[in-house]
Amino acid sequence: MRINCPVCGERDRREFYYGGDAVAMHRPAPDAGVEVWDSYVHLRENPAGQTRDLWHHEAGCGAWLVVTRNTVTHAISDVALAKEAKR
Amino acid sequence: MGYSGFRVIKEGLFGQKGWKPVWRNPEPKAEYDIVIIGGGGHGLSTAFYLAKEHGLKNIAVLEKGYLGGGNVGRNTTIVRANYQLPGNSEFYSHSLKLWENLENELNYNVMHSQRGLINLFHSDGQRDAFVRRGNAMINQGDDAELLDRDGVRKHLPYLDFENTRFPIYGGLLHRRGGTARHDAVAWGYARGADQRGVDLIQNCEVTGIDIENGVVKGVQTTRGAIRAKKVAIVTAGRSGQVAALAGMRLPIESHILQAFVTEGLKPVIDHVVSFGMGHFYISQSDKGGLVFGGDLDFYSSYASRGNLPMKEHVMDAAMTLMPMIGKAKVLRSWGGIMDMTPDGSPIIDKTHIEGLFVDCGWCYGGFKAVPGSGFSLAHLIATGNHHEPAAKFRLDRFRTGRGLMDEEGTGAQHNLH
Repeated sequence: MRINCPVCGERDRREFYYGGDAVAMHRPAPDAGVEVWDSYVHLRENPAGQTRDLWHHEAGCGAWLVVTRNTVTHAISDVALAKEAKR
Repeated sequence: MGYSGFRVIKEGLFGQKGWKPVWRNPEPKAEYDIVIIGGGGHGLSTAFYLAKEHGLKNIAVLEKGYLGGGNVGRNTTIVRANYQLPGNSEFYSHSLKLWENLENELNYNVMHSQRGLINLFHSDGQRDAFVRRGNAMINQGDDAELLDRDGVRKHLPYLDFENTRFPIYGGLLHRRGGTARHDAVAWGYARGADQRGVDLIQNCEVTGIDIENGVVKGVQTTRGAIRAKKVAIVTAGRSGQVAALAGMRLPIESHILQAFVTEGLKPVIDHVVSFGMGHFYISQSDKGGLVFGGDLDFYSSYASRGNLPMKEHVMDAAMTLMPMIGKAKVLRSWGGIMDMTPDGSPIIDKTHIEGLFVDCGWCYGGFKAVPGSGFSLAHLIATGNHHEPAAKFRLDRFRTGRGLMDEEGTGAQHNLH
C-alpha cells in the first residue's frame, strides 16, 4: 500500500502511522455527555467499503492526513491534509 | 452412527461405503425459538450447548456461506489459557477445560494436541513480566512453569540462543497449551448440534433484523423471513455489518491479522513457540506444514490479505529466532478479519433490544475461545443470566470505563490493539 502525501508525493505505507477513524477530528464538547463521548471514542461504523481514516506521515513531513480508502480492496481514492479537510 | 477405531477398520474392509453425510441440509422453517446468525465455530458451539446443556430444540443457525468458512477455517489453531487479567483469566481457563473433554463430548476427533506452549523472553524485565503472568495462571488453577535458558534448550534445541541482539533468557511453559484441527472443531460441533435437532441452514444471509417496540421478532434472509423469539449475532469479523441491521454501532474495528504456512516437512517443531522480541509465533501442523503468524497490520480492513511490512517483520523474526527454517518454502499466506475492541477483549452480552444478543470482539483470540464462548453464550440465552466465567465480557464496559480488560496495557482505545 502506498499513500500519496500531498506534501511529499507517493510514499510507502511504512512511513505512515495509522491513527484510526477520521471521526477523531470531530471532538465533542467536554460537557457533551457520556453517550456522545462513548460514541466518539468507542463506537464505529466500521464499513466494509469506503472509509476515511487518519494517517500520520511520521517518517516524512509529519503531516496528519485524511485518507479515503476502501477497506475491502485497499484502494486509496483521496488523500488530504487533515488541517484542510477539517474546514 | 458414532465414530470409533473399530468403525474405521470395518469401513476399510467394506470399501468405505458406510459413511453418510453427518448433518442434514434442512429448509428454513417459518419460526424458531432461537436463531443464531453465523455458522462459524462460535455459532455452532452455541447451538450445540443450547441443545446439550439446556435441552432446547427449536434452534436454527443461519450461515451466509458454508459452515466453518470464516475465521474458524483460517486461523493458526492455537489453544491456550495463559491470560492474566480477571475476566479473561477465568474465561479461557474454562474454555481450555472444555477443550480437554471435547473429543469425548462430540465423539469427533478434533485433533486437540496439548503439545505445550513456550513464550520466550529475552531480558530481565521481560522475565519479571512472565513470572507475574505465570503466577496469575497458577492462581487461576492452570499450569505454568518458568524455564531458564537451559530449560528452554532441552525443549527447543534448534533456536538461536546466542543471538547478539535478542539472546534467549528463558521461557514460560504452558504444558496444557497446544493446537487443534480448526475445521474439525467446526464440523464436530455442527454434527453434534444437528444430531440434537438444530437446523443448520447454509447459503442463508441475514439481510434484516426485525424489531418491534424494542423487542426482536425475527430476521429477514435471502431464503425468506424467519420469526424468532431470540436472536444472537455471532459473526465476529463482520459484527459491525450485522449489528447495523439492528441499528446498532459496536465498539469494534475490523483489522487484518496475517498468517503463513510452509510446505509439509518432517516433524521438527514439537511445541507452540512465540518470540518475545518481535511478533512471531509458530507450530507445526500434523500434516507437516509450519504454521506461523505475527501481529495486526494495524489499519482497518476487510481485505482478507495483508501488506508487505508485516510479512517482512514476521519473516525477519522467524530467521532471528530459528534460522533453521530459512529454507522452508512458504506455500501460502492469508489474512483473517479480526473484530478488534478498544481493550482487546471480547463481548458476550445482551443488547438494549430485548431478545437480541451479541457475541463478538474476539480480536486475535477467537479460536481457543470456541468452546467457552458457545457455552457461555448458550447459558446467557437460555437462562438470561451471565455465565460466571464470561460475566465480565460486557458491552457497556467502554462507556462506563469499568471492567476494561486491556491485557497488553496499551490503553483501551481503537488502533492500539
